[in-house]
Amino acid sequence: MDTLFNNLDIFVDGFRMTFVLFFFSAIFALILGTIVGAMRVSPVTPMRAVGTVYVNLVRNTPLTLLMFFFAFGYPKLGLPDVGYTTLAIIALSLYTATYVAETLRSGINTVPVGQAEAARAIGLPFGQTMSLVILPQAFRATVPPMMSVFIALLKNTTIAAGFSVAEAGTIRQVLSERGEPQLTVLLWVALIFILAVGVLSLLQRYLENKWRVAR
Amino acid sequence: MSSVLYDTPGPRAIRRNRILGVVTVLVVAAVLAFVVYRLFETGQFEPKKWELFTLPLVHQNMFNALLNTLQAFAYAAVLSLILGLVLSLGRMSVHKWVKYPATAFIELFRAVPLLILMFILYYGLPPLGVEGITPFIAVVTGLTLYNGSVLAEVFRAGVEGLPIGQAESGYAIGLRKSQVMRIILLPQAVRNMLPVIISQLVVVLKDTALGFLITYQELLFLAKFYGSQGQYGSPIIPSAIVFGTIYILLCLALAGVAKLVELRLRSKVGVATKAAGQEIDAGV
Repeated sequence: MDTLFNNLDIFVDGFRMTFVLFFFSAIFALILGTIVGAMRVSPVTPMRAVGTVYVNLVRNTPLTLLMFFFAFGYPKLGLPDVGYTTLAIIALSLYTATYVAETLRSGINTVPVGQAEAARAIGLPFGQTMSLVILPQAFRATVPPMMSVFIALLKNTTIAAGFSVAEAGTIRQVLSERGEPQLTVLLWVALIFILAVGVLSLLQRYLENKWRVAR
Repeated sequence: MSSVLYDTPGPRAIRRNRILGVVTVLVVAAVLAFVVYRLFETGQFEPKKWELFTLPLVHQNMFNALLNTLQAFAYAAVLSLILGLVLSLGRMSVHKWVKYPATAFIELFRAVPLLILMFILYYGLPPLGVEGITPFIAVVTGLTLYNGSVLAEVFRAGVEGLPIGQAESGYAIGLRKSQVMRIILLPQAVRNMLPVIISQLVVVLKDTALGFLITYQELLFLAKFYGSQGQYGSPIIPSAIVFGTIYILLCLALAGVAKLVELRLRSKVGVATKAAGQEIDAGV
């Protein structure tokens, strides 16, 4: 207990950064993933190809490697310095977007054929079929797997600790310099993560019940 | 790919699709060209920066690092399959004193970030007097605990996805509980779940890269080491490209196996399934 309360400032700072990483990565991953997911089911062959290559390539790359690329490689390119936090958010977003895209795609596949046919029958073009009919339903069907993706994202933010971002994963390092027992610190970090994941799981169950599509 | 999302395109749609296709190709080409231009502009393609990766000694070290990665993967894969099997049996047990601890174990280790788990093993245990925690042991144990818990849920979903008649007919011909599980349920569950199991193994392979953060001398560790060699101009980007390619090829190969298995399974019949599409989310 003392370890937590004597160093509350470090814990709060660390988890605030974790939350920042999680929040922005989730938003960007959702946007990018939706675009890529739509590309993968679009009638335009090059778009499908680009989406497929992107998803297969990034899904089969360790997130650690992706962070490695951005944290160590980007500063060497002579582009504007954006800071390690932004780079970590980019890496997390690019990685998570592939999972969002795949989740959406399988969500699209669960929407009955009749829905799309009805949309086309009343003359909606592809863009409107997607945005007004398919995607709203697909989003609902994908709530549980999507929440799993975000839970994974929350846990993945810890990897940024290895790449100069001071978040929950680095609390151990800071506090071991203050002479705190490392195991206690790490167990507190783990406990907070368990609680956070628990909250997200509860949210998952709540949304699942609330938005269940009646078919 | 035939889709219900759009009609067969008419002349106007074909023209529009072609334009969109060209635009897509141009945008992607522009992005790639910009990256390559930046790489070129900052001298990443200078021979000096790549010279390092032509040395035989470096090849030898890369091979050793590859072996380290594969070794951690092999140990973690086998151990997590075993742990997953044991945990899933525990979770499906009718004895509460077996079921609840197994459930708690699974939920606990699924919720803790893998990196924190490895930190606990590697930094947390030695001060308590636990000796002999090498990075290798920390990586393998962490991977096993996490992926074992995920695989336990996969096995369970596989068994619960089978029609109830499978177990009932087993009991009807006089098999015991353990026999029903061993002879009837598990073989079918594993076959049904094989694609998910293999894609979870891809996750194990990917997550060995976390070992880099606790100084396990695997591929990424070596990538960082060679990337910061000053006399070769700190070739961190060439190094990332070389080692990244190795990683991606490894994972793609394993993912290819998963695809192959899925195709072969689909062409065979004889496994009972309850639902057409089982929903189980593999780890991310």
